[in-house]
Amino acid sequence: MIELEGLTKRFGAKTAVDHLSFQVRPGVVTGFLGPNGAGKSTTMRMMLDLDNPTSGTVRIDGKHYRDLPEPLKHIGALLDAKAMNGGRSAYNNLLCLAQSNRIPERRVAEVLDLVGLTPVAKKKSKGFSLGMGQRLGIASALLGDPEILMFDEPVNGLDPEGILWIRNLMKGLAAEGRTIFVSSHLMSEMALTADHLIVIGQGKLLADMSMADFIHENSRSYVRLRSPQQERLKDVLHEAGIDAISVPATGALEIDGVAAERLGELAAQHQIVLHELSPQRASLEEAFMRMTADSVEYHAHAPGAPGLPAGPGAADNPVRPADVPAWGAGYEATRKGGE
Amino acid sequence: MSSFPAVLRSEWTKIRTVASTTWTLVAALVVTVGVSAGLCAVFNATFNDMPKEQQVTFDPTLASFAGMTLGQLAMIVFGVLVVGTEYSSGMIRTSLAAVPRRGSFLAGKLIVATGLALVVGLVTSFLSFFLGQAILGDRSIGIDEPNVLRAVIGAGLYMAMIALFSMGVATILRSSMLSLGILMPFFFLVSTILGAVSATRKVAQYFPDQAGSKIMQVVPGAMDSGEAPYGPWGGFGIMALWVLAAVLGGYLVLRKRDA
Repeated sequence: MIELEGLTKRFGAKTAVDHLSFQVRPGVVTGFLGPNGAGKSTTMRMMLDLDNPTSGTVRIDGKHYRDLPEPLKHIGALLDAKAMNGGRSAYNNLLCLAQSNRIPERRVAEVLDLVGLTPVAKKKSKGFSLGMGQRLGIASALLGDPEILMFDEPVNGLDPEGILWIRNLMKGLAAEGRTIFVSSHLMSEMALTADHLIVIGQGKLLADMSMADFIHENSRSYVRLRSPQQERLKDVLHEAGIDAISVPATGALEIDGVAAERLGELAAQHQIVLHELSPQRASLEEAFMRMTADSVEYHAHAPGAPGLPAGPGAADNPVRPADVPAWGAGYEATRKGGE
Repeated sequence: MSSFPAVLRSEWTKIRTVASTTWTLVAALVVTVGVSAGLCAVFNATFNDMPKEQQVTFDPTLASFAGMTLGQLAMIVFGVLVVGTEYSSGMIRTSLAAVPRRGSFLAGKLIVATGLALVVGLVTSFLSFFLGQAILGDRSIGIDEPNVLRAVIGAGLYMAMIALFSMGVATILRSSMLSLGILMPFFFLVSTILGAVSATRKVAQYFPDQAGSKIMQVVPGAMDSGEAPYGPWGGFGIMALWVLAAVLGGYLVLRKRDA
């Protein structure tokens, strides 16, 4: 269990992490999502006590990281594949870490075997490809057989086989009851691995919900209609009690929650010519981009706008911009309804 | 709160598994012993051409450490790399995640590396002394003469202190290149030049190397070194203060700054 409370990091005038409070629970893979520069890595470094928070606390199993007697036995982390001495062999790099936390030496060979690096164990790690470096980093995270594992962008630089491997590894580790916290800037990757999602943008918490809820709320499906007789089509839809949203940019109508078949039959009954009748599904990637783009917009155009929650409470109530675009409004409505 | 012996073991593994440890320490030994022996041969051959006052104050012990001015540069490289590679490789983040107590981490690293530098320093100083005395022949001095053993052991201590000072500086600057770029010219040029000019000697005699090297000297004022307002141990104490300041500075930087 990892608990963050009001975690804040400022670099000069820039706030990289802004009053983050959330918990990472055991037994599930928690995805930590945000665009580049959202503050994911800074947050993870503060979790490991590498960066000093400006304010707020992180607790690992109820303790501050610095008070863990042998931290590698509690929490293993892959932060940066290159965070090893390249002049040292893979085996020796792991051996120094093992010894510092009184982990038996045989465990080094075990984890090297687990990540498939046994054949290059005695090779200097500076000759490693990015993928091999990533595997070495994962081996170091697994060294102390910790209950909590933290991976910062673990699939970076891995080939498809490697990506599949790490995905299954994380799921397997979570199934053993461990706490898995994994960051990514790719929603599509998270959708395949994470059970729970924490989304941040500009250092602020935007969402903390299960993957299922996120999909339910964000994978909006709708039907797009285009017709040369759009006004008449609108009237017909209105009479049938169907709400249609006009999208001026494409000259199309978008309809939520009504089957394409029904709309086609309705148009045929009234002899309306259709140029397009297509079911659409917004991808999770889009939903995520929309969510985080909002946060960027909010910060760019309305710094410290009155009426919006700020300060410690802000982290508990993810800040949403007041003026969201049509699509976002739908998201907001469902989100509020779901709460 | 990681167990400190475990930290020491880990740091020992770190230091023995990188190539730079071997070549810097071997270089420190070979250069010091080799250059000292060469200079002893030169002193011996040209002794009668030396000015009178230099002949009177000739210090055979100090002469046998004459190569240390060069050999200490390898010790500086050793000290800088022990700390600097943690930063240049990014290993520092992995290391601190494993040993989050900054004090334990730094103490473990400095104790192991300084201990190793001391062993190599002592081997170097004894080899250098006996080889130098063998070359000096009639002008040599025995190790059982007053203050000679102190000077020989002192030379080993001096090398260890130079290494430790470099480790402290590298921890403050967090970069091998920057540390070497400052330390090498300082010890090889700045200190030597300022120490040689009588106008600046009053300041330069308080530099860590100038003060510390007094401990290798048996005859006061030997080799144009001039009179110092402190004795051999006083000089070593001044050097120790510099080292303490560098290590303390390094510790504060390590504590305050983000890794």
